[in-house]
Amino acid sequence: MTATHDLLKILDTLCPMYVLLGDSGHIRQVGPTLQKLRPDQPMQGQRFLELFELNRPRCVEGMSCLLKRAGAKLHLSFRDDPRTALKGVLVPLPGNQGAIVNLSFGISVLDAVRDYALTSADFSATDLTIELLYLVEAKSAAMEASRMLNLRLQGAMIAAEEQAFTDTLTGLKNRRAMDHILGRLLDRASRFSLMHIDLDFFKSVNDTYGHAAGDFVLQHVAHVMVEETRSSDTVARVGGDEFVLIFDGLQDADILDRIARRIIARLEEPIRYNGEICRISASVGTTLFEPGSGADAARLLHEADVALYAAKNAGRAQHFFFDASLDAEDMDQKEAG
Amino acid sequence: MHGLMNRAIQAFVCNTYGRDRWIEVIERAGLGFTEFEAMLVYEDEQSQKVLAELSRELDRPLMEILEDMGTFLVSHPQLEPLRRLLRFGGVTYEEFLHSLDDLPDRARLAVSDLHIPPMELREHTGGQFSLSCGPDLPGFSSVMVGVLRAMADDYGALVILDLQGREGETEIISITLIETAFAEGRSFDLGARAG
Repeated sequence: MTATHDLLKILDTLCPMYVLLGDSGHIRQVGPTLQKLRPDQPMQGQRFLELFELNRPRCVEGMSCLLKRAGAKLHLSFRDDPRTALKGVLVPLPGNQGAIVNLSFGISVLDAVRDYALTSADFSATDLTIELLYLVEAKSAAMEASRMLNLRLQGAMIAAEEQAFTDTLTGLKNRRAMDHILGRLLDRASRFSLMHIDLDFFKSVNDTYGHAAGDFVLQHVAHVMVEETRSSDTVARVGGDEFVLIFDGLQDADILDRIARRIIARLEEPIRYNGEICRISASVGTTLFEPGSGADAARLLHEADVALYAAKNAGRAQHFFFDASLDAEDMDQKEAG
Repeated sequence: MHGLMNRAIQAFVCNTYGRDRWIEVIERAGLGFTEFEAMLVYEDEQSQKVLAELSRELDRPLMEILEDMGTFLVSHPQLEPLRRLLRFGGVTYEEFLHSLDDLPDRARLAVSDLHIPPMELREHTGGQFSLSCGPDLPGFSSVMVGVLRAMADDYGALVILDLQGREGETEIISITLIETAFAEGRSFDLGARAG
């Protein structure tokens, strides 16, 4: 008996969550840390399997069944709340005198330390639990710092992208953004229309009233174009006084013509700037994209351009749709020129 | 120097002397930014410029400022996670002192590119210790004096600290542990998990 007593003293230090079982499966002694988990409920004298449930491997028959699991990893939990999960291993004592089960928290240790207010002194000196807790805290702090950095970088990236795709004077999309959107629509083989708008008399506003007036007029133009289109349409400023509008899913010539004429009419309304009255107009050329036609972005922009110059040639404030005959004339003119 | 350390300098200056003072210092250092990122690594030279400007701005010797910073790192509520990580070193102040040898490895375990100079604790008779701090981070021993002093308060221990000077490239801190349980100290709840 003294020998057992000394042995238990040793176990208190080496593995403070041990359970000494008698041959009937009753608890004869437990380590101090294990008892700390149920301070008001002495474990001594209770049946092991009434206090703990063996989840894996399943065991219902009591001590004989437990002994068969000697050396294997046991997954247990308390039968009452908090039903902390435990890992364990059982070693039979010689001469059918029962067994020793050593328990540990496994991954449930994070909750257990909090639930039971455990301290360093509750773990054996060689137990890695303290290091594990240290790592969890250190890694969480480092992860939080990284997460903050990622958020800031993401914000910076979004801002940079928006800047890269925005015309800073008008807030419209820029040429790069337009190329990007056009490429996507072509990839998707969507039906869409592309409208090229060129301002008339804009140069004279710049020359007469100065660049500040010119900038003001461009902002006004942008405002009109955004108002006269749907939010799903693309309005881009692609040059000094050139704009491209893309209407995804819209190829109705009547509607497109109405939009173009309304834009022209509104742009022809006098624009007041610093007591001066600025007058401009616009010419518009439109082309429709037929999926399967083999047209690429360059081809479509060329077609809209051809229609636009036909409109300009027909006198200002006109809207023309592209058709192949215009392109032939265009070629003829170029060849003649 | 790692962003975490630079960030510590920034937090110390902002909390102790105000954010305006920090902006003043870092702009005069001419780094082209005003915020250190905790998870990036910076040139040592950049940190040294900031510290030199700080010393000039406050008109105080850098060693003194760094010692205050060490104390700040352990005692300011905003840096509670750091205090907790240090308290994991041991149950008593003496155990904590012995854990300092492992501190560079512990730091690396948490953040793999965080380099803390090697430290070695020697125990002499009568509660006397000496801590030698490796050479590769100028001023580190001054920071450690502040850390050791604040941790002594944290454990409730009474100590006398003295930066003894150099032994070649290594700087030595002498520690006299007069009483381990001099005052109540602050509690350390293993399961509290600082945010």
